[in-house]
Amino acid sequence: MSEKTINVNEVTFTKKDVTSDQMVKWCPGCGDHAILNSFLKMLPQIGKKREDIAVLSGIGCSSRFPYYVNTYGFHGIHGRAAALASGTKIANPNLSVWMVSGDGDSLAIGGNHFIHVLRRNIDINILLLNNKIYGLTKGQYSPTTPMGKITKTSPQGTIEHPFNPGELAIGAEATFFARTLDNNPKMMTEIMLEAEKHKGTSLIEFMQNCVIFYNGAHAYFADREFRAERTILLKHGEKMIYGKNNDKGLILDETNHIKSVVIGENGITEDDILVHNATTNDPGLHMMLATMGAPDLPVALGVIRSVESRVYEDQLEEIISDAKVNSKIKTVDDLLNSGNTWEI
Amino acid sequence: MANKENGMNEAEHVVVRFTGDSGDGMQLVGNLFSDSTAFAGNDFATFPDYPSEIRAPQGTVAGVSGFQIHFGHQAIYTSGDLADVLVSMNPAPLKKNLSTVKPGATIIVDVDAFTEKALKRAGYDSNPLTDGSLDGYNLVEAPITSATEKTVMELGIEKKMASKFRNVFALGIVFYIFNRDLKTADEFFEKKFAKKPLLVEANKKVLRVGANYADTIEALSSHRINVHASELEKGRYRNIIGNTATAWGILAAMERSGRSLFLGSYPITPATSILEELAKWKSLGVKTFQAEDEIAGIVSSIGSSFAGAFAVTSTSGPGLALKSEAIGLAVITELPIVIIDVQRGGPSTGLPTKTEQSDLLQAMWGRNGESPVVVLAANSPSNSFYMAFEAARIAMEHMTPVILLSDGYIGNGSEVFKIPKVADLPKINPPIAQANDPDYQPYARDERLVRKWAIPGTPGLEHRIGGLEKEDIYGNVSYEALNHQKMTELREKKVRNIANFIPLQEVYGDTTGDLLVVNWGSTYGASHEAVDELRKEGKKIGMVNLNYIHPMPRNVAEIFAQYKKIIVPELNLGQLVKILKVEFPQFSYHQYNKVQGVPFTKSELVNAFKNLL
Repeated sequence: MSEKTINVNEVTFTKKDVTSDQMVKWCPGCGDHAILNSFLKMLPQIGKKREDIAVLSGIGCSSRFPYYVNTYGFHGIHGRAAALASGTKIANPNLSVWMVSGDGDSLAIGGNHFIHVLRRNIDINILLLNNKIYGLTKGQYSPTTPMGKITKTSPQGTIEHPFNPGELAIGAEATFFARTLDNNPKMMTEIMLEAEKHKGTSLIEFMQNCVIFYNGAHAYFADREFRAERTILLKHGEKMIYGKNNDKGLILDETNHIKSVVIGENGITEDDILVHNATTNDPGLHMMLATMGAPDLPVALGVIRSVESRVYEDQLEEIISDAKVNSKIKTVDDLLNSGNTWEI
Repeated sequence: MANKENGMNEAEHVVVRFTGDSGDGMQLVGNLFSDSTAFAGNDFATFPDYPSEIRAPQGTVAGVSGFQIHFGHQAIYTSGDLADVLVSMNPAPLKKNLSTVKPGATIIVDVDAFTEKALKRAGYDSNPLTDGSLDGYNLVEAPITSATEKTVMELGIEKKMASKFRNVFALGIVFYIFNRDLKTADEFFEKKFAKKPLLVEANKKVLRVGANYADTIEALSSHRINVHASELEKGRYRNIIGNTATAWGILAAMERSGRSLFLGSYPITPATSILEELAKWKSLGVKTFQAEDEIAGIVSSIGSSFAGAFAVTSTSGPGLALKSEAIGLAVITELPIVIIDVQRGGPSTGLPTKTEQSDLLQAMWGRNGESPVVVLAANSPSNSFYMAFEAARIAMEHMTPVILLSDGYIGNGSEVFKIPKVADLPKINPPIAQANDPDYQPYARDERLVRKWAIPGTPGLEHRIGGLEKEDIYGNVSYEALNHQKMTELREKKVRNIANFIPLQEVYGDTTGDLLVVNWGSTYGASHEAVDELRKEGKKIGMVNLNYIHPMPRNVAEIFAQYKKIIVPELNLGQLVKILKVEFPQFSYHQYNKVQGVPFTKSELVNAFKNLL
């Protein structure tokens, strides 16, 4: 894994210091509250000074995030958070840059910037708050709304295939993809720390619940009563085991598809269960893990993919420092007087 | 040209045009001839004219590529109107260019290329070399192809490769006409083909064979032209292309501001070479980011500006349209950014490689909400350097987006440029907030109404900005009615107030009189020449060239009041006139407009101005 060293000793601020004085205006019960809370709790642990942290966003409910974090913050325009964050990070690679966006912001209007930031592997942490609906405009279907869902703009049910953000991201050369639930603060904090450690663009999909316009969008697997049986928390180097009694596991069947099995049944032992390798460059299994779900398979949570790859801004800095050594043009005066010139 | 001296005809200024298929190397020999013109001490301006297709069909009028140079003893302001010397490598360029050649001009054709097939492809029913249509011109039927083949084959180069040297033969002829030193071209070949001595030898040889051939032709020996060196101010000079000058002006501003430079941009004709040029200068610390689209180009730049970089984006009209929402973001967040628009013919994709001035109103008002920005316009290739610098100075010192308008004619054209010393340019002082400043507030303003630039990484200045309306001084999100009124007015006043920080408008020509020409952008050159000609005839005429369009210099109305009539020539249907009618409704304005993808000629402006005198 390509990891940054985190030195927490230098950092002296607390969750309270990093909480802004602005009133949080999300609806009561919105998943965003818990995500913000975990984020504020996580920030003092990343080893960065408060002034070296920037939170940027696009437009939408989730994009109000920067106003509630007492660091440098920028609330941008719809869909463009990835471009905004890219410019900030490239201009100052020392900043810890966090981008907060939603399924409409990043996958519809900002789809182009979203795939390109992943492809470039700029060291930005993207929090994608996926509630499968347009909240701020009050209940229209989004690019992740399931087929057939009745919304204000699909009164007869949507006829559009939804994106799976993980599948899209891995297809766009993402080096880090993780998924978490908005009702599990511990998991959120841990995964955000993993994202910060990863050198490169890190995408975290938060399965976030909009209580007003699509309450229960993720309930099938996210509700506490089903979670153990319908999700699997993946950990690099560990067996893919899940279930209330830790008795279920994932294997590859004879057609190389993922299959859920019960340990102890049909001759299956723990040895047969797949071990999660998040760091392999091969996207095949990662893609299967990112897309699996109901009715036969659990939804994958945790860090699904975390592979090493050079980051954009490091390569750019390297080109610049090499050029500074090797080029004869050291100043603008050198440039103005280069090539054919003549004296009068 | 009757005045002969040493067998040379004396001329004050001359236009030479090289034309051929795109792929015939016309731009290359045009540039080599420009270099030799520089060494001859003449002032000059050039303009390339090529199709938007990369390799348009060979031999057709649509595929013609041209390079024009206008040089002279006096100062030169345009790339010229009618050609005194035309080089035509085959029939199609002759067909395309004949209408813009002076009567009696020298026309050099490659006679070997005038085959029946080529004539047909160019759309000729009969051969212009023999049907009398070139009577009245000094026609030189040069065996360019065959003589070039013979020359290179003697050096052991294959016959089929000979076509690569035809342009150099033609250059040799033109060098002879103007008695140019062949060494400027020799030096180029030696440098370009340093590792291929055979190519150096072949190019030098073909150049000399071309020049020697010209020496044997009677039609040429009596038509040689001498243009005396110009009396330019002392100093070091170079030839500069407009887009390069813009890029270098940006670099100079980077150095004088001490900020690092970030350019987020997306390729678009005719602005792309700004991105290409800046991408070269990593050694100066430049960060260029080729974005996935125009929107990401500007938004990434705004992100860099937030992070403390000197932010620039470059584009043309369609790209400016795509950037408009983001320009509004820079307006409301009051972050500095320079947006360079190298205008082309529109609307939509329009005429990508042709020039026009039709983005002015878009630059002024093409955004949602009350969204004031500074609008500047460069008027020539070398002026682009200074206006790019000014755009940067105003953006960073006044914390505002600045749109700099150039156009295809300026961007691709070149002229002689007196090289400045960067240290002589003004220092740029952005209002950067100091660490742990207890009084820092995101939207607190100084006496110029400018807010401070608080840069991430600076302790004690953590704050949030964004596209939602902000509370005066404190910068919290505010939907309060009177606050929005106040902030809207503050943003407007801040930009208007920049009029106090720009130079007063200068007048060229008569400072009072019958007619004032109000010019902006690339029409400057033709207007200047037209005004000069009419003043020689004794007319009372003056010209202002508006480099600062929004806000305008404080003395513009005073100047306007000194003339009986005002005319505004523009390569659009009257966009500056619309602005002037709003800003200075006390005057009436005559318009002169053209939208043909080409610049004004001096003679059409002379006629237009005369009609009002």
